[in-house]
Amino acid sequence: MKFERYGIGIAKGMSVTFRHLLRKPVTTQYPEERLTISRRSRGNELIWDREKCTGCATCAKTCPQGVIEVVTSRGEENNYVVEKFEVDTGYCIFCGLCVEACPYDALFMGYDYERAKYRRGELVMAKEGLLLTDEKQPSGYARPKVEATLPQQTLLVDRAEYLDKVKKKWDLRLPFGL
Amino acid sequence: MIAIGTSSGLGVSLAALPPDWPGGYWWHWLVFVVIILAFVVVMVMAYIYIERRFVGRIQVRLGPNRAGPFGVLQPVADAIKVLLKEDIIPAKGDKLVHWLAPVVAFVPVLMIFAVVPFQNGALLADLNIGILYIVAISSVATVGIFMAGWASNNKFSLLGAMRDVAQVVSYEIPLILAIAGVVLVAGTLSMNGIVQAQSVPFILFQPLGFLIFFLAACAEVNRTPFDLLEAESEIVAGFHTEYSGMKFALFYLVEYAEVLALSAIATTLFLSGWRGPGLPPVLWFLIKVFAVFFLVVWVRGTIPRLRIDQVMAFAWKCLLPLALINLFITGLEIVALPQGLPWFMILVNIAIMIILILLWSRFFRLGGGRVEV
Repeated sequence: MKFERYGIGIAKGMSVTFRHLLRKPVTTQYPEERLTISRRSRGNELIWDREKCTGCATCAKTCPQGVIEVVTSRGEENNYVVEKFEVDTGYCIFCGLCVEACPYDALFMGYDYERAKYRRGELVMAKEGLLLTDEKQPSGYARPKVEATLPQQTLLVDRAEYLDKVKKKWDLRLPFGL
Repeated sequence: MIAIGTSSGLGVSLAALPPDWPGGYWWHWLVFVVIILAFVVVMVMAYIYIERRFVGRIQVRLGPNRAGPFGVLQPVADAIKVLLKEDIIPAKGDKLVHWLAPVVAFVPVLMIFAVVPFQNGALLADLNIGILYIVAISSVATVGIFMAGWASNNKFSLLGAMRDVAQVVSYEIPLILAIAGVVLVAGTLSMNGIVQAQSVPFILFQPLGFLIFFLAACAEVNRTPFDLLEAESEIVAGFHTEYSGMKFALFYLVEYAEVLALSAIATTLFLSGWRGPGLPPVLWFLIKVFAVFFLVVWVRGTIPRLRIDQVMAFAWKCLLPLALINLFITGLEIVALPQGLPWFMILVNIAIMIILILLWSRFFRLGGGRVEV
């Protein structure tokens, strides 16, 4: 005699939800807690390398939004000197075409994802705001050479630690805990 | 609040007269109206918070935890937000009916609490037909919902309202039959009298009755397995698609006040109301109300929304015959069994409940994925 049609399914479902009630929540309380993001994840961040850039403005021509502005002048060795490299990230759709198009590997996508600003004007990134720094490091996007140097990581770096936290039983001393 | 002034003419009388307040009934009524209004608003806020936290935890997340300590001020923030929003009336809608609908839906729900005893004799009006009054008044909220659906000049609103009317008409019958079983056992229609009759909670005498009452009442107040009238995956937001601002807030209040009424009535009818050892009666009442509410939220967190034909079939093919059989058996026991045999009756009724549920699981089928027309 099978007990599938006798409300057993509902009872099973109710017990599952009750067990979930006593489990530790898996959500991350974002501004206070952050997940460690892998270097391999492609974020919403443009990085510009001053040394490699020749001022050819291929990126500006590729940009579907037309938000990259490159102004150059003639240098001493008959080369381009980049006077102005400005990206209005308020209009940028982060498609990455400029990075793919750059013939000198001077543009990268970083792995940062927090782009919110308090003022509209702060979204316009000039040369200095786009430079490589210790925090602003390139991800492997469209750059196989960079990618080869990155550590082998999944999206969540501390995966074991994270799963451990999730599996742990909910601390009953804090019934609705924060 | 209503009808009491003309009560003697209708043969309705107050079973227990209010205590000797200075100034007669009026002070009693004023105090209890204030208490009931405060009780409903505060409890609705508590319900909204508790429901969101519990459903959140069931879905392995935290729920609102930003506004105030542990997020307890979230309902307040929601209320302020919704009250400040623009009130929109559809251009071709029926403006008067659109404006009136939330009020028509809200007032009957508030009126239910007039006969809910918070402790012995502590209720606005101890009507001798308390439960009949509740049954009569609670269905009026449906008129408000149908008015909202009609006045919105929107097919989704009207569809949602039609579904609600169909659902309430169907589920009212098993609901009342389940209540009738309790009335048979208690021998009175007065809410306070029903509590006083429960030396043993009636959920033991009427286990099947409680199940039917709970399911039918959930359908009546449109809780999630039966919330077809606002099924957002099918008909946008149902009857309140075109509502915003204060009027939407009122509908939101109605939804939770109805659940509060459900838990208060279930507590009074089946869980022996304010009776209990040790703690003060009001506290017992509140504990039981919250217990029923927890059950409601638990069901909501577990069971997905049914299809409309499943809802209708469940009412007519499953709940109605079970409620009839339950009423018949209860009547038989009242007539045939001598007084003072409660434990025998409890065991028999639990056995009958299990047998009937197993039997009806056999009988009650919907085509495997095929819609029965």
